[in-house]
Amino acid sequence: MPVPGHQPPPFFKRGLPLSAKLTIYLALSLALLVADLRLRYLDTLRQGVAILTYPLQIAAATPAEFVRNTGNYFSGLVGLQRENERLSVSQLEAAQELLRLEQLKAENAQLRGLLDMRARVKVSSIAAEILFTARDPFSHRVILDKGTSQGVAPGLAVVDAAGVIGQVTRTFPLHSEVTLLSDKEQAIPVVVARSGLRAVMFGTGTGLMELRFLAANADVQVGDQILTSGLDGVFVPGLPVATVVRADGDTGESFGRIICKPIGGVAKNGSVLVLGRAEPLPERPAAENASPERSAAGRIGRKQSEPESQP
Amino acid sequence: MINHRSSRILLPVRIGFIWISLAIALVLHFVPIGRFYAVPDFVALVLAFWCVREPRLVGMGTAFLLGVAVDVAHGAAMGQHALAYVALAFACASMSRRLLWFSPAIQALHMVPLFLMVQLIMLVVRLMAGGRFPGWEYFFATFTTAALWLPVHYLLLLPQMRPVDRDENRPI
Repeated sequence: MPVPGHQPPPFFKRGLPLSAKLTIYLALSLALLVADLRLRYLDTLRQGVAILTYPLQIAAATPAEFVRNTGNYFSGLVGLQRENERLSVSQLEAAQELLRLEQLKAENAQLRGLLDMRARVKVSSIAAEILFTARDPFSHRVILDKGTSQGVAPGLAVVDAAGVIGQVTRTFPLHSEVTLLSDKEQAIPVVVARSGLRAVMFGTGTGLMELRFLAANADVQVGDQILTSGLDGVFVPGLPVATVVRADGDTGESFGRIICKPIGGVAKNGSVLVLGRAEPLPERPAAENASPERSAAGRIGRKQSEPESQP
Repeated sequence: MINHRSSRILLPVRIGFIWISLAIALVLHFVPIGRFYAVPDFVALVLAFWCVREPRLVGMGTAFLLGVAVDVAHGAAMGQHALAYVALAFACASMSRRLLWFSPAIQALHMVPLFLMVQLIMLVVRLMAGGRFPGWEYFFATFTTAALWLPVHYLLLLPQMRPVDRDENRPI
């Protein structure tokens, strides 16, 4: 109850005091943070704001790209000729493989039919371009120029010419965010090509990846190629992911320390393919103890044990 | 070093110019530079400038909206920049009366801890969310941002300046 004469008369409209405003806005931002990080409620808000910010982002990215491409433009002819030569050679090689692929496919289908196995999943793919690297220094993400309107959905695998580079984690109407495999929060179920050993590969945040939860005496050698296993039902099986660069078996711990290097390089501006399964997976068998669903597999947040190793 | 000379008489600021400068800062902040940490935080810089110069026009509400826009564009955690910018706007608004006594160079020095606070808030938020420490070069941006205070000070005050006409008989 204000006592007359004890408060300044309201000559000037000042609004709320600074501290009250600070409290309100801090509470709002903290609520946003919690809602986004813990509860993941804010996808619609994010998409709404993205509609406003995306034109600005493109406005900012276009001159930057122009500056970057000017050098290429003038260094032109010789480089292009060389690239053309290289591409035609690689296409010849690929064509030869492709010719055999048709035959192999037919043969594979026939053999699978003989063995009474389910047909391999069909793959749908969307070609996309990496627009730029997201500027968040705490994660490894790139932005693609295709979004939900072109059929990109969260969880799809993203590959370049050499191998898997990451997974679509957020989609917007016209663009999408891809979390690279080297991100600290990214995990991918894999299989060691040589030994058929299955494992989960985690990003370390430094550009390399680690095969965790493999026994110290697991059959992994330096130089082994790592492929996707497809066990998650998200990634297509058999895509090359990484090569082993270090395998310390005798660390004195129960798990070995196996470091891998990604095969798919992320060039500054590259073309990539977004791969998805064309058909949905069959129903999972009901587990005895109810396990959480894995809609976007690969996120560490959902703790579910993958088969550790197959002797 | 407090400057006891009376400062230049400026024209009143135009609100349109404030909004345009903030929008340009936003676009500059969206320029994709990949993992090059020394690039200054233009939004924080221009926001801090207007919070110091015109605390009645630009404040924590503007800071919050800009923060959300930057969060979405950078793919950061929602509210991360908003939190940091709101704290920055509060600090600038409460220091504004004092800061305006100093010359722009000294003001820039005062801004270093504030920009450092912005970076620290974001770092703490992301580390609590399970992020990876990006390395000490992450803090370069603080100093590049503060170093830009001086040029930005003149650039943003330019539309308010009047031609200096020496008139010995004018009272002020």
